[in-house]
Amino acid sequence: MAEKKHQKVLGSLQPDVEDILSWNDLPEGSFEPASTQEKASFIQDRKSVSYWRDAWRRLRRNRVAMVAMVIVILIALFAFVGPFFVPYDYDEQIRGANNLHPWHYSLEDRAAQDPEAAIEQARQEAAAEGRTLSRLEEAQIRAQIKAGGASELKPRLFGYTDEELQRKANGEFVFPHVFGCDMHGRDIMVRTMVGARVSMIVGICCAIIVLVIGALYGSVSGYCGGKVDAVMQRIVEIIYTIPEVLIILLLSATLKPILENFQNSGNGPLQNLVTILGPNLISIFIAFGLLYWVTMSRIIRGQILQLKQQEYVTAARALGAKGGRIIRRHLLPNCIGQIVTTTFLQIPSAIFTESFLSFLGMGVSAPMTSLGSMCSDALGGLTTYPYRLFIPAIILSVMILCLNLFGDGLRDALDPRLKK
Amino acid sequence: MAKYILKRVLMAVVTLFIVICLTFFLMNAIPGNPWLSEKTPSEATIAALNEKYGLDKPVTVQLGLYLKDIAHGNFRNSIKMQKDRPVLDIITSMFPISAKIGMIAIAWAILIGVPLGCLAAFKRGTWVDSLLRVVCTIGISMPGFVVATILLFLLTGGIEGLKLFPTAFDASTWKSYVLPCAALGFYPMCYLSRQTRTAMLDSLGQEYIKTARAKGLKNKKIIFKHALRNALIPVITYLGPQVAFTLCGGFVVEKVFSIPGLGRYFVMSIQSRDYPVIMGTTIFLAAFVILMNLLVDLLYKLVDPRINLSKGGN
Amino acid sequence: MENNEKSGKLLEVKDLHVSFFTPAGEVKAVGGISYDLNYGEVMGIVGESGSGKSVEAYSIIGLLQSPGKVVGGSITLEGEDVLSKNKQEMVALRGSKVAMIFQNPMTCLNPVYTIGNQLMEALKAHDKNVSKEDAAKRAMEMLELVGINNVEKRMKQYPHELSGGMRQRVMIAMGLICHPQLLIADEPTTALDVTIQAQILELMKDLQKKTHMGIIFITHNLGVVAEICDKVSVMYAGKMVEQGPVDDIFYKPGHPYTIGLLRSMPRVDAESYERLIPIEGTPVDMLNPPDGCPFAPRCEHAMKICLQKMPPYVELGDNHRSACWLRVQEQVAAGKTGPAAAENKEAGDHE
Repeated sequence: MAEKKHQKVLGSLQPDVEDILSWNDLPEGSFEPASTQEKASFIQDRKSVSYWRDAWRRLRRNRVAMVAMVIVILIALFAFVGPFFVPYDYDEQIRGANNLHPWHYSLEDRAAQDPEAAIEQARQEAAAEGRTLSRLEEAQIRAQIKAGGASELKPRLFGYTDEELQRKANGEFVFPHVFGCDMHGRDIMVRTMVGARVSMIVGICCAIIVLVIGALYGSVSGYCGGKVDAVMQRIVEIIYTIPEVLIILLLSATLKPILENFQNSGNGPLQNLVTILGPNLISIFIAFGLLYWVTMSRIIRGQILQLKQQEYVTAARALGAKGGRIIRRHLLPNCIGQIVTTTFLQIPSAIFTESFLSFLGMGVSAPMTSLGSMCSDALGGLTTYPYRLFIPAIILSVMILCLNLFGDGLRDALDPRLKK
Repeated sequence: MAKYILKRVLMAVVTLFIVICLTFFLMNAIPGNPWLSEKTPSEATIAALNEKYGLDKPVTVQLGLYLKDIAHGNFRNSIKMQKDRPVLDIITSMFPISAKIGMIAIAWAILIGVPLGCLAAFKRGTWVDSLLRVVCTIGISMPGFVVATILLFLLTGGIEGLKLFPTAFDASTWKSYVLPCAALGFYPMCYLSRQTRTAMLDSLGQEYIKTARAKGLKNKKIIFKHALRNALIPVITYLGPQVAFTLCGGFVVEKVFSIPGLGRYFVMSIQSRDYPVIMGTTIFLAAFVILMNLLVDLLYKLVDPRINLSKGGN
Repeated sequence: MENNEKSGKLLEVKDLHVSFFTPAGEVKAVGGISYDLNYGEVMGIVGESGSGKSVEAYSIIGLLQSPGKVVGGSITLEGEDVLSKNKQEMVALRGSKVAMIFQNPMTCLNPVYTIGNQLMEALKAHDKNVSKEDAAKRAMEMLELVGINNVEKRMKQYPHELSGGMRQRVMIAMGLICHPQLLIADEPTTALDVTIQAQILELMKDLQKKTHMGIIFITHNLGVVAEICDKVSVMYAGKMVEQGPVDDIFYKPGHPYTIGLLRSMPRVDAESYERLIPIEGTPVDMLNPPDGCPFAPRCEHAMKICLQKMPPYVELGDNHRSACWLRVQEQVAAGKTGPAAAENKEAGDHE
């Protein structure tokens, strides 16, 4: 029996002979009781980090999300700061710039290319010699330039009108039309900036509106429960099944003129606010606010229902905390991660819908512009001026993409349970 | 089951009624009237026209009359765009094209999107997953008109030698349908693929998968029998809103490809204040979307045995 | 009797090490545990959450999920090395030789398939030739065996239509349908009501007698252990701190942690004014396990040596071992050093 125990089969369970022999050699005082401090210092506590700190750390480690954030910031700078550096207005029609390409040919090149100029020169030379230039000679010069020069005329970056080229030749600094101009001679870059600005404002404002309405509705519904909840949820269900795009189309068509009337009705602070934001934008906000809070309210209600069952809420209730206080102090902080994420992801979705409306001609109206309406305007000349459509389309898509990517990163960072 | 369906149908009818009322009031709140065009008609003419079409009565009375007409199946006639043509006639002639494009689009979106989502979930963490995630995130970030115009530009002659499809829409050739359907289905495809991936990963992390493994089932069986069936349940819930979204996305695609569909007509009718057309189209589209939601809802209850239909759901 | 031919060692685990390779570093979830289990024996593995008891069981059946990995030791089942088997062999092993039932019967059954479907599937996975009728018959037999009535109807029902206790019975039936030699029960009664718990334990004891299989019973409830187990291993922070026959563990516990566990357990025979004594403190951080005894910070008897060195195993009785410096100290004090100490069965009987 004893022998069996000493075999190696027991692995670490086997009493180690060497070890037992060394028991006598243990340092003195080994068997003295350890002090509390010694015990406490035994476990090296990992530093506990706050929720936000931890989330930020996770977010920073997410490279895709960080790159997306940088791009979003760049686009925001482009949209909000950009227009201050460009001396053109989004609704300014520049003379001679209709359908200007985002490239130009320098005056010298063109002079060298222009057969008429060469003929004129030859005429002058001939006149100096005291003869007139024959038709045949003119044709020869034309043919020469046509045959020799076509390849030499090379496009240079950015668009300039003839007049601007002239001014540039005179040594003046002329701000180029980086993306060219549209059919009315309006600078496309400025319009893109303003359009992106509209998109961002729409996104952010809609997200805030959705957050406020959804959070209020959802938390009241979830917290009250019972009949109140049942009625409120029926309403949500009905709104949920309403084809929202149809209603948004109608709403924005309806609200816009009403707001315009309101704007012109007086000079109060509210009217001024409408003037600043523009009636188009406000009507889009209202349309969004009325319909898109449903998802948010459902999420928050679900969270609240879940949290309501937890002990600490019961404890707070038992201690006599009032409803509002419980929502503010106990429930909301616990679903803050999901609220932030849902709110943030509302931004790209609002931009998405706004561009859709504008593209259909139901969003912001001329002369105000948005990326969607720019695309819509460019549709007619797609084959000739594809860049007019692709520039705003790309900026729009990149903006939504980066916002989505950053939102995904935010979700992973704020709610690690969801991370898969 | 019957009770549940009845309840849902009742809800749908209530929703539709609300949509009708909402549309009616909104429509009447739009300033301007159908009679404004290039030249402004005189006050007297407007008044006469208003009287003729019953637009001089209070809105509530108009609504009551309208509801009465609908109850008799009369959707009235267009008063502007195709003057005096019955609205129902316009809808039935235009909807088939929209529906055809929408259905093909949603069908290919499901057939491709769901398997791709599963693939990404199985290959989680590999380059396949990353690639699919990038493509799908880009896909849900591009508004429909961007996809549509890019396709239009690239494949109808924008690039030399790549004129694969006709520029002008012609309902009689299949070629005309390829690009609109591709453009319209791209977003739902990417969306469904993302949702499937999430649902699949979620399903694979469940305890019953552990049980299945402990039982000694083969991997294939675990994935296709146990994980997929459960993953499809949430995916089905996304289908309802997707159908609605695709239908409305059709507005844009119809505009880009100049397709004479109902969506485009609806937008035009709002712009020209053709009241009966606005009402008729809204009711029709809303009813369609609500019906789709209802069907998806019922399908959901069928797939998930946990929902007890005889007790009325939830 | 057929029981006789199946005596001796069923499972032998030697110095098993399991680690989880997380981004934050290696977590040694199981740090060298050994035990063996005979046919017809029930061993309890007791420990608190996170002590590594489930991880240990998962590695036997090959269900460890990445980033978990067996990094050392061996597992021998019926003379076969489990760890060297490839994937297909493991798939064939699971369910047929080793079965596992889990803690939460609510989530462990697939909600979208009927009970019958899931039971028959387990059978078909290991016997391709079985016909549908036979499989259904076997499944119904199993359901009857685990005490479910009205089996024809139950076969067609979905998991959500059954109660928790019933579902756990189904889980057990599913585990046993292929007559495994070893059943691993991972806290099978924790999620159930107390009365149902007793029923399930009774059922498992009963089935164990009928089938003569070995059972590894993972739990944190010592009451359950007393009910069903023949021997007990107590785990703490990935280490096995004490192991022995169930009576020894209950009446002559040799490790302060075991003593603490016993004191924190309600007893029927306790005086009414006696209070339960909790074990103070929290478990160690498994990412940075200290060199000494992991229980030392929570141990009221902790000594200086406890904080420096992991204690060796000391024999306290027949098959009863404990890893604690207190026991070493006693043996040193008794002047019994050297290999002789291990032989002395009475050495640990001071408690």
